[in-house]
Amino acid sequence: MNPWMLFFIWPVIKFLIAITIVLTIVAAMTWVERRTLGFMQARLGPNRVGPAGLFQIIADPIKLMLKEDILPASAEKVAYFLGPMIPLLPAFVVFCLIPYGPPPAFAVTRVNVGLLLIMALTSTAVYGIILGGWASNNKYSLMGGLRSAAQMVSYEVPFGLSVVGVLMLCGSFDLVKIVQYQERHVWNLLPQLVGAFIFFVSMNAESNRVPFDLPEAESELVAGYHTEYSGMKFAFFMLAEYASMLVNSCLMATLYLGGWTFSIAGYGLTTAALSKLGLLGGLIGAAIFFAKVMALMLVYVWFRATFPRFRFDQLMDLGWKWMIPLALGNIFVTGILVLAMPNLKIDAGIYPYGELLMAVVGAAIIALTLFLVTRGPRRPAAAARPTEPPKVIHASRVSEA
Amino acid sequence: MANYSVLLVAALGGLALPVLTLFLITPVIRASRENKVKLEPYECGIPATSLAFDHRFSVRYFLIAVLFIVFDVETIFLFPWAIRFKQLGWFGAVEMAVFLAILLIGYFYAWKRKVLSWV
Repeated sequence: MNPWMLFFIWPVIKFLIAITIVLTIVAAMTWVERRTLGFMQARLGPNRVGPAGLFQIIADPIKLMLKEDILPASAEKVAYFLGPMIPLLPAFVVFCLIPYGPPPAFAVTRVNVGLLLIMALTSTAVYGIILGGWASNNKYSLMGGLRSAAQMVSYEVPFGLSVVGVLMLCGSFDLVKIVQYQERHVWNLLPQLVGAFIFFVSMNAESNRVPFDLPEAESELVAGYHTEYSGMKFAFFMLAEYASMLVNSCLMATLYLGGWTFSIAGYGLTTAALSKLGLLGGLIGAAIFFAKVMALMLVYVWFRATFPRFRFDQLMDLGWKWMIPLALGNIFVTGILVLAMPNLKIDAGIYPYGELLMAVVGAAIIALTLFLVTRGPRRPAAAARPTEPPKVIHASRVSEA
Repeated sequence: MANYSVLLVAALGGLALPVLTLFLITPVIRASRENKVKLEPYECGIPATSLAFDHRFSVRYFLIAVLFIVFDVETIFLFPWAIRFKQLGWFGAVEMAVFLAILLIGYFYAWKRKVLSWV
């Protein structure tokens, strides 16, 4: 193959296909989210434009493109434009690193440090929010930006630590190898129950979604970091948020839910079984992968309909005092169990009893943690309680004081 | 190399989409009726009392940033160890336990010194 074809034409074609799929899902997700929220809140949701409101997907971007795009007179011009432009770039690159189906045809590219590259790129998303919040020269925007800086930085740590357990089991950064490990054993969700739990909580916090949506808490900060943004710039912030949701769901499906495969201990729809079917097998694999991803996306929506927002100190407490010790404990337990169980140490398809034991231990740890978290701080006994009213300290002081 | 050239293309695509939309397409087709009030920063719908740049915000997050660096570097050290974990066996596990124990002492020290209390 001539190098021009290899280095330019094929990458462009593959990239365009991947990005078309991604943008379609992101656009469709706005409709799915509003319909699902409507369903969960006993109302209809958008149902006027086209059948079941489906053309809302097209109507929304057209409206946003035609809207007036205000550039506040007091804003810091360059940073104000950079804000919505930065988060898209890493998102686009990351979508090329995720294998959507059996390789090589259904993976846009395969890099042997895939996971490391993805984690490095996704953590740059915070720059856009901080820059946008600061450049708007609005007090609400600035506070939203500051909050998101603290929040995303705090949850970056448990996010990274939770993945270590998967790496210990699979022994590779290559997402394809991680999936192929899972098809020989069992979904990493079972042996890494605690890790998956931390990963899931952190990925909610990383994409600023309910119950961690403090950067855009509308009851306190109007709209947070994007208060001053309108028209297409606002649309890019929303696009980045949904893209980050999708990236995180894809990662979770790949790391913990077996990616494009559907098998236990090498039986079922493995990569080898799918490859025998050729293109059809590839499409089945992609369908399995996107089914898992969409299920996770629906959990995001379900959370939004269910949970109230955290207070800021609760959010930071959860990140630093619960998630980090839990993630470190997970690494310890995983390490000891992997070394103690002979079937986990060798890399072959045996009946996954080691994983089942790890699942039981993980479930016990999660149950204990939830018990301790929900119990809250212990109150002093009634007699020992001071008579004067307790001093009220507002969570908002954290960013104001 | 072919694996990484896709990423370069993707990065250019991620740059091109907002640049084209914000600087070429929307300026032509969008509505534009600006006035002085519209260009003010939003504050409850009444004239803004002050701008964000007029104030000095005390950012109390710098300690979090320092802790973040410590823990993120720790994560980076954990990654290559985790990849070779099965080959290293019990020796590697004990070595990492010692490393983590030293870090945990610092973590609990920070906790005791109320670095991790936010109100």
